[in-house]
Order: sequence, then structure tokens, then C-alpha cells
Amino acid sequence: MAKPKLKEHRIERDWCKGCGVCVHFCPKKVLEMDESEKAVAVRPEDCIACKLCEYRCPDLAIEVITES
Amino acid sequence: MAVRDYIRDRFFPHMWCPGCGHGIVLNNMLRAIETLELSKNDIVMVSGIGCSSRISGYVDFHTLHTIHGRALAFATGVKMSRPELTLIVPMGDGDALAIGGNHFIHAARRNIDMTAIIMNNRIYGMTGGQYSPLSGYGARASTAPYMNIDQDFDVVQLSKAAGATFVARSTTYHVQQMTDIIRQAISHKGFSVVEILSQCPTYFGRQNKLGTAVDMMTRYKDTTTPIGSKAKKQNPDLIERGIFVQKEMPEYCTEYEKVIERAGGGA
Ligand SMILES: Cc1ncc(C[n+]2csc(CCOP(=O)(O)OP(=O)(O)O)c2C)c(N)n1
Ligand code: SF4
Ligand code: SF4
Ligand code: SF4
Repeated sequence: MAKPKLKEHRIERDWCKGCGVCVHFCPKKVLEMDESEKAVAVRPEDCIACKLCEYRCPDLAIEVITES
Repeated sequence: MAVRDYIRDRFFPHMWCPGCGHGIVLNNMLRAIETLELSKNDIVMVSGIGCSSRISGYVDFHTLHTIHGRALAFATGVKMSRPELTLIVPMGDGDALAIGGNHFIHAARRNIDMTAIIMNNRIYGMTGGQYSPLSGYGARASTAPYMNIDQDFDVVQLSKAAGATFVARSTTYHVQQMTDIIRQAISHKGFSVVEILSQCPTYFGRQNKLGTAVDMMTRYKDTTTPIGSKAKKQNPDLIERGIFVQKEMPEYCTEYEKVIERAGGGA
């Protein structure tokens, strides 16, 4: 089975509470907090679409969309 | 996302504090339900009172938000009258094992088919950080500012001894394991207990100087180990994760059907 390829990170900014869980545990350091303490994908090209950020977000605020 | 189909998104952002582990339990419980392809109409979620119990307000199933400690009693009523439905009962550690301790052991003893998820943050979050039966010796709480001298329960041992036929533990760090365990717990016919170690950075974290949600989750990674691992033999203080009990025993509603038959009912 081919590895899933990233299309985009969909981040619900109104739901994100800036806990930093997704940023800290991303194995590829793809995400960062912006000046309003919301998560953003700053290096999407490094993303391996493991979805750990999506699974660990306590606010259901991040979704990793892959190409099907 | 499919998980979005299972929530009442009009209530988001939810009420839990930034980094609260209860949101991670919600997230991965929904993933477990998604993999089981259960219909929303066949699921009943029953909860009591507490930050953890607010989970039932966010899911688009049949939901009952009941009384502190009594969720399992309400769930028993639902299951006895509609045994074909899937019952999920998320509880806080205080809800399940302080005020609700008796309901808990007797539901386990009867082996009634439902899944109890204990969102264990070792504290009463909702009411301001009082100690719970899971805080443990030496912990700090708003009602134990010097130190708590109560020993804690081991949820796994307690559930086993009470007769639960599925008993497992995971943490909010180990999300893939959590999803897999909850999926198996829901599929199991009988009383299933899933303990999830879930951080409360606002009270337990702050009172015990454990840092941020990230620090608390890192601690779950560092202080737990798969059941029977080599690491456990070298360091007995590690907390084991995985499925401890998974066995078949007569289930309560099925047995009750037999009583109805014997009594000549249903004709
Ligand atoms: C009969 C009754 N007693 C006490 C309370 C007050 N109360 C509300 S929530 C709670 C404990 C919450 O702790 P826990 O169940 O561990 O859940 P958490 O908030 O930590 O998720 C208590 C004592 C109540 N609501 N009802
Ligand atoms: S884990 Fe979720 S809530 Fe926390 S910073 Fe990331 S997107 Fe925001
Ligand atoms: S999917 Fe994996 S690699 Fe990509 S941003 Fe999320 S955690 Fe990082
Ligand atoms: S008080 Fe604790 S348990 Fe309650 S929402 Fe905040 S972090 Fe979660």
C-alpha cells in the first residue's frame, strides 16, 4: 500500500486553544505556534502524514487531509 | 473528517481547559467508534457529573447526562430495557470510584454488557482540585495542601477482582493504543473497563508541579510500559499498559432473558 501523501492541514483556529501538544510531539517539526498562540503548519513539505497531531489534539482542531 | 460526523459541533470549542486530556479521550473514542462503523442511533452514552462527564454533551449519539457517581446505574436501566443498544459510560476517577464505587463494583460483578471508560486525572477537576481515591500517597490537592496520606486504588486490580471481563489501561500519549483498546472494549460482550490516564494541567498538574500538558503527556510516555515488558522487570515502578483481562462469562442481560423464559413471560 502506498504511503498517504499530505494534501493539507486543516486547522480550526476557533477551536485551537494553543496547548502546543501537536507542535511538541510532531516527529518532523512541521508545526509551530503563531503570534496568536494558534497552531500553524510552517513546514508542510516535511510532513509524513502520520496524523499523530490530529489524534493527540485535545480540541479536535487539527485534521490532516491526505491525497486518496 | 469522519470524527466530525459524530460530534455536536455547535458546542465547540468545548469547555475543557487548554491541554486537558479529556479532549484526547473524546478524540480517540470517536476514532474507535468510527472503525467499528457503528450507527449513531445504536449508541447510548451515559455520564455522571465532572469535567470528564461533560463528554456526553459533545457526541451526537443518544446521550444521558445524569447524577454524580450514578452513570452506571442509569446505564444498567437503559441496557436492561434495550439490550440491543451499545452502552458507553465515560467517568471521572472521582465519579467512578469515590461516590460511584459501589455502582462500579456491582456492575462489574454482574458482567452487564457495557464499556466503562475511566478518565483518570487523579483529581476532582470540576470542583477545584480536591483529592480523589486515585490521587495517591504523597500527592498534593486543594484538600491536601501538605500531602495526601490516602493510598490509591489500582483500577486494573480492582476491576479484575470485581469481575470485569475486559480490563485495559492506556494513556492520552498512547493514542493509537487507546483507540485500539476502546474498539476492542466496545466489541467485547460483557463489562469492559478501560482506564485512560488523562492529564488535568489546571489542578493536578499545577498542584503537583508537573508542568504543562506536554510535560504531563511526556511523563505518561516515560512512566508506563507495555504489559510484561523487559523494562517492567528492571523497573517495577513502571505502570503497565495494554489489555489485562479479556474473557467470556455469562452476560447479565442474556441471563435475564433466561429468567423471563422460565417465568413464561414474553408469550
Ligand atoms: C451528589 C454529588 N456530590 C458532589 C457533587 C460535586 N461534584 C461535582 S463533580 C465532582 C467530582 C469530579 O471529579 P471526577 O469525577 O474525578 O471528574 P473530573 O472533573 O476530574 O473529570 C464532585 C465532587 C455533585 N455534583 N453531586
Ligand atoms: S493540539 Fe490542538 S489545541 Fe493544541 S495547539 Fe495543536 S491544534 Fe491547537
Ligand atoms: S501528520 Fe505527523 S508529521 Fe505531519 S504535521 Fe502531523 S504529526 Fe507532524
Ligand atoms: S479542570 Fe482539569 S479536568 Fe477540568 S477541564 Fe480543566 S484540565 Fe480538564
